[in-house]
Amino acid sequence: MKLKLSTLLLSTVLLSTSFMSQAHRAWIMPAATVLSAEKPWVTFDAAVSNDIFHADHAPFRLEGVDVMAPDGSQVALQNSTVGKYRSTFDLELSAQGTYKVYSASSGIRARWVDAQGKRKSWPARGQDADMSEYQNNVPQDAKDLNVSFSSRRIETFVTAGTPSTQVFKPTKQGLELLPITHPNDLYAGETAQFTLLIDGQPAVGAQVMVLAGGMRYRNAQDEITATTDKDGKFVITWPAAGMYWLNTSYEDDKAQAPATQRQGSYTATFEVLPQ
Amino acid sequence: MKNLLPALLLLLPSFTSNATSLQVQLDIPVIDVAEYHAPYVAIWLQSSDKQITNLALWYDIEMKNDEGQQWLKDIRQWWRRSGRNLALPADGISGATRKAGSYTLDFKPLKSEISTLPAGEYELFVEAVREVGGREIVSIPFTLPVTSSQNLSVSGSSELTQVSLKIQP
Repeated sequence: MKLKLSTLLLSTVLLSTSFMSQAHRAWIMPAATVLSAEKPWVTFDAAVSNDIFHADHAPFRLEGVDVMAPDGSQVALQNSTVGKYRSTFDLELSAQGTYKVYSASSGIRARWVDAQGKRKSWPARGQDADMSEYQNNVPQDAKDLNVSFSSRRIETFVTAGTPSTQVFKPTKQGLELLPITHPNDLYAGETAQFTLLIDGQPAVGAQVMVLAGGMRYRNAQDEITATTDKDGKFVITWPAAGMYWLNTSYEDDKAQAPATQRQGSYTATFEVLPQ
Repeated sequence: MKNLLPALLLLLPSFTSNATSLQVQLDIPVIDVAEYHAPYVAIWLQSSDKQITNLALWYDIEMKNDEGQQWLKDIRQWWRRSGRNLALPADGISGATRKAGSYTLDFKPLKSEISTLPAGEYELFVEAVREVGGREIVSIPFTLPVTSSQNLSVSGSSELTQVSLKIQP
């Protein structure tokens, strides 16, 4: 009986561990999003953590972080540092307008069970898929073959002077946010509208979750939820000023062959200011 | 009365009287803190459809490399409504910060466009924000054109003691 109980406890621990690893949340957080002066600087923290905006797990890898200037050109990060729990970098906003700081990636993944009953996947974890190798590596008659195309985007926005909209131009790849309300024009008590796009088309019925920062200082997640409508649109009413983390994902079977499933995840950090 | 109505209709789309005078009195409190900085202040008129007429902007205009502009975003409501769209330093409104005291600003000689504002509902806004201190915004609603002399005022609670608006036709 004692043994059984400890086994039960162990499996509970294992379950909650896997839940926790799922709960790790990636974010790029600017110290300020609305800036004045000719060429203001902004500093950023980026990490993967459980509690939003409390760096307690792993630094965000900066190799994949890109910056788009208000005119659509690319700008390099400055003073990049990777610490134990977080990465930091600076940006000089040498042009007036809105900058997008983002990490976007996508790729195909095949999963199947081989003749010995062993789970297999291609490409290997951390590797990019070379499609010329697809036929040689993925047995088309394998049991439980599932081929999906996944995209992931994590981003935030900062503005010097007048907010601009050039950086919102959709890439039409993966899950993206098309703001109706400018993300650097968010105020407590006001309602913001956004459209979610998958490969440039409205992402319908996606669940959106928004969490306020400062989670360490409250007992509940207090998430705000929304669902995208038939046009991919959703609205969020900001209850208070602060930093917010928005996360959503989308999945359907309208993938390009050889994938049969497409999945997208989207994460953004927004600052809401007091009135 | 019969004759007055067409006269009023004529007035509606037209501009306010050239004679309108607008005087703002602003009381900045003495604040007993270890580190006191004079507040950044923005004073503006806002129509019901959020058209802005800037009257005054007090900040550290003398700092080298225009570093004072870095903090203009902290005059948050003003920055959203007007500041972020202005070419800085904004001519005709910018001035140095002022410490605690009572200041009377007569905008008639300074801002000729006040007399060209369309008729309608307006608010006078005064927003003050202090480095390592607080922020406060107060407003006084009024109507243009001005038909009678009015003395309006509003009390602040932290960064502004009182704001008064004296308008005359």
